[in-house]
Amino acid sequence: MGYNIGVRLIEDFLARSNVGRCHDFRETADVIAKVAFKMYLGITPGITNWSPAGDEFSLILESNPLVDFVELPDNHSSLIYSNLLCGVLRGALEMVQMAVDVKFVQDTLKGDGVTEIRMRFIKRIEDNLPAGEE
Amino acid sequence: MADETLFQLLHTEVVAAAYGGGRGSGDEGQRTGLTVLEGMGFRVGQGLAERLPRGALVFREELDTIKFLCRDLWGAVFRKQTDNLRTNHQGTYILQDDNFPFLTQMAWGQQYLEEAPKFLAFTCGLLRGTLSALGIESSVTASVASLPVCKFQVVIQKA
Repeated sequence: MGYNIGVRLIEDFLARSNVGRCHDFRETADVIAKVAFKMYLGITPGITNWSPAGDEFSLILESNPLVDFVELPDNHSSLIYSNLLCGVLRGALEMVQMAVDVKFVQDTLKGDGVTEIRMRFIKRIEDNLPAGEE
Repeated sequence: MADETLFQLLHTEVVAAAYGGGRGSGDEGQRTGLTVLEGMGFRVGQGLAERLPRGALVFREELDTIKFLCRDLWGAVFRKQTDNLRTNHQGTYILQDDNFPFLTQMAWGQQYLEEAPKFLAFTCGLLRGTLSALGIESSVTASVASLPVCKFQVVIQKA
């Protein structure tokens, strides 16, 4: 579900924010945290834990607006409630030619202090243009 | 905050999910899908009724409550107000929205008329849930003559 939302959300985001193309993954991370999250959810997550190769980082959310009124019941204690967010990020970035892997590392719903989402750059997606074009 | 887009996109996915997995095929599937969506809307409406600021509003009569729905509930959820309200003063109200946000992106006119009810079910439940939390039992149906104009008919159940 999140993936489908992300695929459409990116257009809305680009239309509203008018940011240009990002030159590297660090810039992408900045734009996601400072512009996109702020615009749609009203929060600015922190960016930390960069891997030495510069292709993985963590988004730290002090508070997650999606779970303001939510508690996980016992029979669903392993549910990743906000996994929608991961799909949204993955779908949106795929539409701008970046394949990424997004997953939850910490979740306040499960008792952790903060919510941490880990994003890993896999590769740049090359557009397959039909022969004869470009 | 640009969250009306978020809600629209989420709603589209929820409708798809309610009908997905082979559940949506046939009349039986259609009814189940609509019931699921209406149920979701109902619970959201109940929660929303408690959170919406009502200030010192005292609903002296039913009409005030319905006007609250048209102005404040619609404003909170869709960032606009309903365009028209009609009543027969005997418990039936028709709320008309000439530019219903879930339908504006789909089509203008008669195209997709059969699909429209799926996108209205959640909102019917939303109205019913909000009224229920405010102490009024009702039944809500929606009709579309031509996208994106739609009418929600609220019939108050007399105790």
